[in-house]
Amino acid sequence: MLEIKNVEKTFNPGTINEKKALNGINLHLNEGDFVTVIGGNGAGKSTMLNMIAGVYPVDCGNIIIDGVDVTKLPEYKRAKYLGRVFQDPMTGTAADMQIEENLALAARRGKPRLLRPGITAKERKEYKELLKILDLGLEERLTAKVGLLSGGQRQALTLLMATLKKPKVLLLDEHTAALDPKTAKKVLDITEEIVTKNNLTTIMITHNMADAIAVGNRLIMMNNGKIIFDISGEEKKKLTTADLLEKFKISAGQELSNDRMLLS
Amino acid sequence: MDFLGQLFNALPGSVSQGLIWGIMAIGVYITYRILDVADLTVDGSFATGGVVAVVLILDGWNLWLAMFIAFIAGLIAGLVTGLLHTLMGIPPILAGILTQLSLYSINLKILGKANQSVNVNQTDLLVSLRWVKEFAFHNPLITVSVVIVVLIAILYWFFSTEMGCALRATGANLNMSRAQGINTSFNKVLGIMLSNGLVALAGAFLSQFQGFADIKMGQGAIVIGLAAVIIGEAIFGKIFKNFALKLFSVALGSIIYYIVVQAVITLGFDANLLRLLSAAIVAVFLAIPYWKRQHKAKHMIKAKGGKSHA
Ligand SMILES: Nc1ncnc2c1ncn2[C@@H]1O[C@H](COP(=O)(O)OP(=O)(O)O)[C@@H](O)[C@H]1O
Ligand SMILES: [Mg+2]
Repeated sequence: MLEIKNVEKTFNPGTINEKKALNGINLHLNEGDFVTVIGGNGAGKSTMLNMIAGVYPVDCGNIIIDGVDVTKLPEYKRAKYLGRVFQDPMTGTAADMQIEENLALAARRGKPRLLRPGITAKERKEYKELLKILDLGLEERLTAKVGLLSGGQRQALTLLMATLKKPKVLLLDEHTAALDPKTAKKVLDITEEIVTKNNLTTIMITHNMADAIAVGNRLIMMNNGKIIFDISGEEKKKLTTADLLEKFKISAGQELSNDRMLLS
Repeated sequence: MDFLGQLFNALPGSVSQGLIWGIMAIGVYITYRILDVADLTVDGSFATGGVVAVVLILDGWNLWLAMFIAFIAGLIAGLVTGLLHTLMGIPPILAGILTQLSLYSINLKILGKANQSVNVNQTDLLVSLRWVKEFAFHNPLITVSVVIVVLIAILYWFFSTEMGCALRATGANLNMSRAQGINTSFNKVLGIMLSNGLVALAGAFLSQFQGFADIKMGQGAIVIGLAAVIIGEAIFGKIFKNFALKLFSVALGSIIYYIVVQAVITLGFDANLLRLLSAAIVAVFLAIPYWKRQHKAKHMIKAKGGKSHA
């Protein structure tokens, strides 16, 4: 479903701030794979997702989504294949627009936007039903501005927007990191529910090791722009956080450092 | 005559002028509020509209067709600014200034000289200052009001379509828009074009209304447009939530601006200082939301500090 071949990315090449963020990434995801990604600060996790999404061009390598080489496509064209949720709840939604308007924008992802109605009565009914699943009371506030919602509500809404049109790959970049533990748990539960129900191919970056182990069928660890550890199936289920820390030490030759990393 | 009498006498003229500039201010609203860019092309494209209309009218063109061509000229001016910004990566303010400067030459070329009069007695016009007190359909108060209502209706419809929603999303959140497959560069160009089309249309009305086109007639237009947007929001912002009403309040803001200007002049204020006054008022109004935010932030820090002490 997703194929990343030998992707490299250096930021600010030739300057004092030169930084090799991705150093030869190879990754193959099968349909329905749910991969969690962990790694220290600056390991290149976000950059990897941004490369898939086309936020910046790659230096070399290829990105193939469902058989289509998207390496040269601009971000807005790749959006057709992707659902994205960001770490900052502000990023994924338009605060000045209504809940239903945000959903309607997402429902048209990948389609030409012409002079048809921006939202129809039929859609409103559908959105109301969909929002009920979140169980956050948003179904009664369809016309409320998204700016009035809490961070957790916004992330849940972004998740719904990202999956409203089934994406080939769902990209989640620490989408629960900015939330309090209880809300984070709720958003993670909703994530699992939506991913399972739609059998979505998913990459989820997380700073929570326990979540990384508990969720999904595969786990990768990154360091210095490389994937240093890749485990799936039964083996992954047996992992403990202690194992992960140990693995990191062996592969990277140093302690895993991430000031936001949660061990439990 | 007493102040009120004089003001009352001048009122129809001021309101008409306010209405015409209201069309322009609605254009500014599209870039400044919806797209979230300050576009300075408008000082040039306003004059372009006026110049194009006068040249075509003197050439014997159908009046409405001449207006339409003026609108198209504005679209092209916007296209240039939009491409300077999106294709060449020039910051929007600078892109607008570059287009505005080029338009000065272009307007001069179109008109052939610095100004050109059109006389209502010799030429058929859509609006004229002469008719502001006539009880007739061609009174500019009526003509321009009808035009504004039609424009607002069209804009209201457009911004409810898929394309219009994508334009609004582009102004609201670029990252989200791209993630949802919206071509943000296209929408920026589209918004700037639409805005300048309306601005040029306003210029086309003004040149007929005042009976001449002048290549300097758009000087300071952006400030008047912003003043209208700000006044409209300050007075009607709390009660007008609907998008059509918001556009309407911009037009009302423009009318109020011109009534205030008239009142100030009638009171004997030096007309040469008007621009200074307008700029100062707009500066203060632009500062208010910033000051409010700072004030709020201070309060929040204080409130938090208080809690941690308790
Ligand atoms: N837009 C950018 N410009 C310059 N450097 C960047 C940019 N984005 C990321 N980097 C750098 O690339 C490295 C990897 O960053 P990132 O992928 O965000 O790490 P993380 O694994 O914490 O998500 C970091 O050193 C970061 O500073
Ligand atoms: Mg990151």
